[in-house]
Amino acid sequence: MLMKPQPPIIELRDLAIALPGGGDRGFAVDHISLSVAAGEIVCVVGESGSGKSVTAQSIMGLLPKVFPKPDGSILFEGKDITRATPSEMRSLRGRGIGMIFQEPMTALNPVQSVGKQIDEVLRTHLTLSRSERLARVIEAMTEVRLPDPESMYHAFPHQLSGGQRQRVLIAGALILKPRLLIADEPTTALDVTTQAQILTQIRDLQRSRDMGVLFITHDIGVVREIADRVVVMKGGKLVEHGSATQVLDNPQTDYTRMLISSVPTLEPKRSKHVVTGDVALSAERLQKTYQSGGLFRDRRTVHALKGASLSVRRGETLGIIGESGSGKSTLARCITDLIEPSSGTVSMVSTDRNRAFRQRIQMVFQDPFRSLNPRRTVGQSIIEGPTNFGAGKGEALARARELMQLVGLEPNAIDRFPHQFSGGQRQRVSIARALAMEPDVLVADEAVSALDVSVQAQVLRLIDDIQKRFNLAILFITHDLRVAAQICDRLIVMHRGEVVEEGTVASIFANPGHPYTRELLASIPGRTLQAVPA
Amino acid sequence: MGTLANASPASVPMFRRLRPFLGNPAILIGGILVLTIILAAIWAPLLGTIDPTRIAPGMRLKPPSQIAWFGTDLFGRDVYSRAVYGARSSILIGLSVAGCALTAGVMVGLVTGYFRWADAIIMRVMDGLMAIPTFLLAIALVSLTRASIATVIVALTIPEIPRVVRLVRSVVLTVREEPFVEAAISVGTSTPKILLRHILPSTQAPLMVLGTYICASAILIEAGLSFLGTGLPPEIPSWGNMISEGRTFFQVAPRLVFLPSFFLALTVLGINLLGDGLRDTLDPRIAKRM
Repeated sequence: MLMKPQPPIIELRDLAIALPGGGDRGFAVDHISLSVAAGEIVCVVGESGSGKSVTAQSIMGLLPKVFPKPDGSILFEGKDITRATPSEMRSLRGRGIGMIFQEPMTALNPVQSVGKQIDEVLRTHLTLSRSERLARVIEAMTEVRLPDPESMYHAFPHQLSGGQRQRVLIAGALILKPRLLIADEPTTALDVTTQAQILTQIRDLQRSRDMGVLFITHDIGVVREIADRVVVMKGGKLVEHGSATQVLDNPQTDYTRMLISSVPTLEPKRSKHVVTGDVALSAERLQKTYQSGGLFRDRRTVHALKGASLSVRRGETLGIIGESGSGKSTLARCITDLIEPSSGTVSMVSTDRNRAFRQRIQMVFQDPFRSLNPRRTVGQSIIEGPTNFGAGKGEALARARELMQLVGLEPNAIDRFPHQFSGGQRQRVSIARALAMEPDVLVADEAVSALDVSVQAQVLRLIDDIQKRFNLAILFITHDLRVAAQICDRLIVMHRGEVVEEGTVASIFANPGHPYTRELLASIPGRTLQAVPA
Repeated sequence: MGTLANASPASVPMFRRLRPFLGNPAILIGGILVLTIILAAIWAPLLGTIDPTRIAPGMRLKPPSQIAWFGTDLFGRDVYSRAVYGARSSILIGLSVAGCALTAGVMVGLVTGYFRWADAIIMRVMDGLMAIPTFLLAIALVSLTRASIATVIVALTIPEIPRVVRLVRSVVLTVREEPFVEAAISVGTSTPKILLRHILPSTQAPLMVLGTYICASAILIEAGLSFLGTGLPPEIPSWGNMISEGRTFFQVAPRLVFLPSFFLALTVLGINLLGDGLRDTLDPRIAKRM
């Protein structure tokens, strides 16, 4: 490349932030150096706990109070901002550096119109007349392609979609034309089609304004999509850095190689898997309608599920794919009888008629931090089901120990509490709890979505393994097509409460019939660089 | 650390668990005050007292002396003994009202929070109960039946129940949406077990705090009722009765009012300190739910 080397906008030199006592390591950020020049996007990649967010917060001067003052220096256009006064930092934020966050709903004030919140940046930093400010806000909202900015100015955050909210935040962060944008996992909470739009947006704005972007993410696919340079962090240390092509295609360290190889590919793993089992569960035309309002308010009817049918065989994994609001979780909850469907039937075919419904179908939940009662030991959680159905406590505990072993945990850890386990280990406990009931059908609702990619791969292997061992029928609900490709035999695609497409993984990927399925497939980050086998 | 080394293995974690509580000055001072009053109430006969109901017409309104440390009242009864025995009625009423209100409130609150169909009905009943002034209800109950400790406890408990119900309901409403409750449902746990095993423990900390406030307010209201003559029967030594009887002789013998008032203030202060300290230690956020 013949580009003239640009001076860095931001440069971290030997930045070190000590972890307050009692942590598993001495430093949250362990002497790292990195820089972002004008016109480039630098991605900081790492799994949870790698120190990537703390790095971003230290640049903005927004470190939580538990952290001590960082060592080393942070140079913004050559000036060390670790020694800046609070008022200098205030003026720098917004004017010099803009920041956007992961969860746009919590980053916005729920009781103020979004236009006012963008306007606040102008009021804080500039003295402009009311009409000039309004014009600037409308201009900024137009630039991030928010539809109908004049009327959206007065909208409140809850009236917007997730993607629109993130656009509002971007408009606010960029309205003063800062030289640097820090984006901390800005698309993690968004649907994949929205994510693709926001990524394009950030890329376009960065190019048209020649600003630097420090983009923090855990998703290698996103990195592939937008990064010019990549910095890999692990345990607070900088593991590897270099240009995007160099790091992604020719990684130098084992850790980076592991991160990249853990990202599931779109290649259907089970194209040769033949399902011969009997039908274990079938659902016919399930509908769920919610009514709100009543006596003093207008009645509103929401059709969460508009007649979905499916069937799954023993030994088969049926993936239910869809974005948030598509009705896939409602479907799972109707099938497991956690909510009552408005109409339709669920029937389970079983040889053993004596076993109760709850014994024959079990569920693994999304959030491993909340699906286990924090006040009960994991052993108590695992044996709860069997003892409900008459198993003796000693017998159930012995079985729980076997199951702990089976899911790859120490049997003696049965007396520990959930907070003593990592996210992946807790998800293993949840799987053990489900298996303790000896179910025929397992429903996994986004069971690996909250996990880091390396852990995700292990848990997927475990699910695959237990399916073979117990000849389970699995309903695997996910928004992530790459994950679905790893474990599913067949897919159904849901959109706005309806099943829009059904078929084997390979046939859907090679030949998507519905426009929505095509859009989903096209939105997968990093897909352009991967060949999808037909 | 020498004393710790001798402690039995079981008591060491106990000490560790108590340490954050004992480190809080409000809990320490409040706890010592409350403990002293409770012990005084239990061991009243051993604290140099005589029968607090013994009337001695020849000893009316005597000033403090060797025999009667704080003098005697209109009927020649020993003021010090009556004040110490008065702690019995106050503590008994405070603890019973707190206990009854918590028990009833927890049961109703769990049902209200968990079952949607019950919510609208029960909460309207609770709103109705909250609209009844404690004093009027107590006066009505006492005039319908006869004055006794049980009547006072019932009269004080009823208006406190809605506060407990509201608190428990708010906790249940948040906890029942937790995925671990859904997980318990899906392994076939029965609804009563879910309420007791998975939801009730979360109410423990805010209830401890609310309990102390109910206890303190019950003691104060009982004193107020007795002062108005609608509380405990006059022969039972209670601080409210003593203040009420002493008030006519305030010019002559202010001690008749001051001694029971001092005990009353000290008790309520101790309980409130304990409650504030518990609130700050257990969970700073529950202060907002009160």
